[in-house]
Formats: sequence, C-alpha cells, structure tokens
Amino acid sequence: MARYDSLLDALGDTPLIGLPRLSPSPTVRLWAKLEDRNPTGSIKDRPALAMIEAAERDGTLWPGCTILEPTSGNTGISLAMAAKLKGYGLVCVMPENTSTERKQLLQAYGARIVFSPAAGGSNQAVAMAKELAKQNADWVMLYQYGNPANAQAHYNGTGPEILRDLPEVTHFVAGLGTTGTLVGAGRYLREHKPEVQIIAAEPRYGELVYGLRNLDEGFVPELYDPDVLTGRYSVGSYDALRRTRQLLETEGIFAGISTGAILHAALAAAEKSAAAGKRADVVFVVADAGWKYLSTGAYSGTLDEAAARMDGHLWA
Amino acid sequence: MAITVSIPTILRTHTGGEKSVEASGATLAEVIDSLESNHGGLKARLVKDGTLHRFVNIYVNDEDVRFAGGLEAKVADGDNVTILPAVAGGSR
Repeated sequence: MARYDSLLDALGDTPLIGLPRLSPSPTVRLWAKLEDRNPTGSIKDRPALAMIEAAERDGTLWPGCTILEPTSGNTGISLAMAAKLKGYGLVCVMPENTSTERKQLLQAYGARIVFSPAAGGSNQAVAMAKELAKQNADWVMLYQYGNPANAQAHYNGTGPEILRDLPEVTHFVAGLGTTGTLVGAGRYLREHKPEVQIIAAEPRYGELVYGLRNLDEGFVPELYDPDVLTGRYSVGSYDALRRTRQLLETEGIFAGISTGAILHAALAAAEKSAAAGKRADVVFVVADAGWKYLSTGAYSGTLDEAAARMDGHLWA
Repeated sequence: MAITVSIPTILRTHTGGEKSVEASGATLAEVIDSLESNHGGLKARLVKDGTLHRFVNIYVNDEDVRFAGGLEAKVADGDNVTILPAVAGGSR
C-alpha cells in the first residue's frame, strides 16, 4: 500500500537494499536501510514526529506553541515540516559550520535559526538551546538528546522493520549522535535476538571542531546506554568521503557523508566476520541522501581535495 | 615499527605541541606507560582510578577500546592509537 492520507503518514517502512557488489562474500552480506526515503529525506523524521506526538499527548505542546531544538540540521528540517503542517513555530539552534543547504531548507520551511559558534560543535548548540529555554519559558524544547520518544521511535519502527525484513540479521550499524537510533533499534534487536551486534560509527572531525574542547566538559546524551552497544568506531572525514563515493560508484546509492562513516564501520565489522569464517548479515543505516552536501564539494575533485574542504565542517 | 599516537590539542602541552608521538607496548596500558615515560603528566589526564577517564575516548585503528578490552586492549606495532575528548555520545 503506497497511498497515505498526508505526508506525515508516509513516515517509516523504508526499503532494505542488498549490496551484492560491496559485500565481502555471498555469506557475508551488507544491507542498506534507506532512511532517506522518509518525508523530508532523513532518518530524523522518525524521532521528530515521535517527540512532537509525545508532547501533544502529555499536554506540553498545543497549536500556536513555539518549539526550540538544538540540531545540526536534519532534526530541524524534520521538525520544521511537521511544525508547518501542525501549526507550531520553530527555533533551531545550529552550529554555524553546517551545510548551506540545511540552512536554506530550514528557512524555506519557515524556521528561525540561532547560530552557535563553529568551534563549539553540537555540544555548544545544546548548551545555547538550554540557555534559551530558560529565558523563554513558553518555548517547548523537545530535546532530542534526552527525549525517550526519540529512542522509542526506533524501538517501535526502525528495529521491527529490520527484523521483519531480514530475520537473519547479525549486525546493526548506525551513526552516534543523539544515540537514539542505536539505543532504540539496538535495544529492540537485542531483546529479540540477543546475539546481534550493535555497532556505532561516530564522526571524527578536524582540529577546528575539537580544538577548544575541554576534557572536563564532555557531553554525553542522556539517552545513551552503553550496554546496548557492542562496538564503536571513530571515522575521520577522509574515510567517510571515500566510502560515500564507493557506495555511489559500486551500488548506485547517492548518500550523505555520515552514511559513508557508517559504511566504513559496517565494512570493518563485515571483514571481521569474513576473516573469522562466520556468516553475517550486516544492516547499516543510510541516514540521508547526498543532496544537502553538494555545496561542500564532497562529490567532486580528488578525495584529498574533498577531505581538505570538509575540515571544519560538521557533516553528521 | 612503533605505535603512532595522535594527541588532541588540549593535551599537547604534555608533548611540547606535537600532534603525534610514538610509543610502544602490547596493551593500551603499556602504551600509556610508555607515553608517560616520555611525556610526563599525560597518564593522569587519561586514566583515573585504574580506568579510562570518563570524558576521554581512545581508539586503536578507529575502534573504541572500551569495546575491545579497555586498558587491556591489544595493540601491535604499526597500529594507530587516537586520543580524543568525548563528544556527543561519549562513554555515559
């Protein structure tokens, strides 16, 4: 059934695509979960809608309210679309070094953007949003880093879809930001198949992003549950770009840059299984498509040039 | 061959500004001891009460050591060890 009463109803139930050319062998297979096939083109539609509906149910959100959210882009775009359809205002706190397409999309949907300094990354966007929430008591901060509805959206949607479509799944690999995808879908999969490996890929940025960070001010999302994870990889811009291009060249999938980082970790896990002589079915998340990153130069020129251009950009 | 260790900006006061230094050892704990012998003060920034500092992440060839044995994680010649401050999604 592909008919829906509204755009919001078209959320989820995304395709799971086999990748025969990238898979190491016929018994160690890679599968891409195409989360760019959501209403605004990213996996963040799932938590955004779930958080809004949870706030509507518990009475903290009603038409005319203004929503406030720290976001590096995709969550903001998802919230902006839902806010437009449901009659809410939206203020996004976003690091200034995100792609210009993200800013333009947010503005097209009518969201207001408050920029946080590039050097502070997502951590500082979170801190600024918390400060704005204090100053504007009537704004409603959904707070994706700590809102249980974020992880629950993946527990109810992403996880069950994967198990339904691929009961033989052995690994689930996704990006680590708010941690909602990994904790939610990971918890569901582990409850139903305890041996499933849940692997995180986190972005490793250049000096500009880490430079000013103090070791005593680390920020860990409230949603994070390390007991769900079984492995974690840190992936730099060069490898993320290399894998993003490889996915396009070998399997035809035009994905965003964070997906390249996720694929890098998925391939590392797949190669471990292949080396150990074990069968594996590795599912990884395609978090969004590449459209929003064309202006970063990620897809043109040599890898070294593209990686140099990415230095200082937040790409996940 | 030795083990290459990447040092984050915030800890380079201990390495005379060097971004990357060499160390040796068969486990992460031995690598950290080897770092400490050349760059005094580093160990106390990385290890607290016998475990990794809460807001420090260490990776051996991109894989987080917390899922690979922690301080007992195996390290081999030619490996890259990366030390980073925790960002969103740190160790709790």
